[in-house]
Amino acid sequence: MATMQFDLVSPERKLASLEASEVQIPGSEGDFTAMADHSPVLTTLRPGVLKVKAGSDVSEYIVTGGFVEVSPTATSVLAEQAVPKAEASAEFVNGLIADAEAAAKNVSGSDLDVANKRISDTRALLDLI
Amino acid sequence: MASLKDLKMRIESVKGTRKITKAMQMVAAAKLRRAQEAAEAARPFADRMNVVMGNLAGASAGSESAPKLLAGTGKDDVHLLIVATSERGLCGGFNSSIAKSARVDAERLLAAGKTVKILTVGKKGREQMKREFAEHMIDHVDMSEVKRLGYNNAQDIANDVMARFNAGEFDVATIYFSEFRSVISQIPTALQLIPAKFEADEQAEAPFYDYEPGKEEILADLLPRALTTSVFAALLENAASEQGARMSAMDNATRNAGEMIDKLTIQYNRSRQAAITNELIEIISGAEAL
Repeated sequence: MATMQFDLVSPERKLASLEASEVQIPGSEGDFTAMADHSPVLTTLRPGVLKVKAGSDVSEYIVTGGFVEVSPTATSVLAEQAVPKAEASAEFVNGLIADAEAAAKNVSGSDLDVANKRISDTRALLDLI
Repeated sequence: MASLKDLKMRIESVKGTRKITKAMQMVAAAKLRRAQEAAEAARPFADRMNVVMGNLAGASAGSESAPKLLAGTGKDDVHLLIVATSERGLCGGFNSSIAKSARVDAERLLAAGKTVKILTVGKKGREQMKREFAEHMIDHVDMSEVKRLGYNNAQDIANDVMARFNAGEFDVATIYFSEFRSVISQIPTALQLIPAKFEADEQAEAPFYDYEPGKEEILADLLPRALTTSVFAALLENAASEQGARMSAMDNATRNAGEMIDKLTIQYNRSRQAAITNELIEIISGAEAL
């Protein structure tokens, strides 16, 4: 099966760089799976779980905001925060929820919708870990 | 002429100083390596962010709906200077050169009749800027509690700056920091944060991306992150520069102390010799007189 280059970077470090066969991405407009020869897409991320398949290996990461760049030969995920799912605890997610809630305090109008969506997306993470 | 005992004491004291500077140099070297690694690790994110922002910003430049962070307020009356320096001294000209470049710009802006506001990050910069621009200082970010520089530190600063921008406190924001070239060379740099400038890569094949959601939404979502990334990159560069500057300053100090010890030792030996010769002369002339 064709593979593509997959990179996951956060501002502080590079978390993964490998040949992946498919990547499941929590895009802000909905989840999608990128495989080799995917048409180029640039999308923002919502808090969710990123799933990377390389052959039979599957690795999962919890990501918060950021963006994804998909091209036919490569997928790069630039996540604001990314943690391997195995290392993520409920406390960590609760911290993220607190951050999201704090961010929602000082906004109004359409920004408030965005902030509320972030809160609910982050809350949903609790069920996933 | 100092007495033998005084000389001896001075030599001992300089030796003590040399030990301290030597130790500081080694600590700085270790810290520098870590700071460099951190800067290195942050580079892929910043680079990719800049490329994408370059593409996005290039497309929306000049359009009416361009976000304010990118297009600016249309004025440049009020300037915010963010002066990022270290918390500690003893690092050569590191802090002074950053403060100097900020000072030069501040004076130029004031002479041009603009309003200048100064936000300092790090104690040393605040001390230096306060001397001349005390009435322009608006805030200070204390980094002394920060053991390991993280993205969230940059986020706090960037959020604060953006909140002030949205409240209309200033039109243009520039961050002053020191770019790390090598241990002996750190270059004070001014980087304009708001309105954001991204260099669109002319050579890059403009990729036919599907944008999801629309281009403008992505741009609006990414601009604050890009700004944070720039601040983070600047802080990391600063951290590496600080340690580099301290390392070479302490290396110099160690060498100077060594030279001083040599000089004092020669002086000490000469005076000892002179004292012995004197005594001998006294003894011999005493014996001859008998």
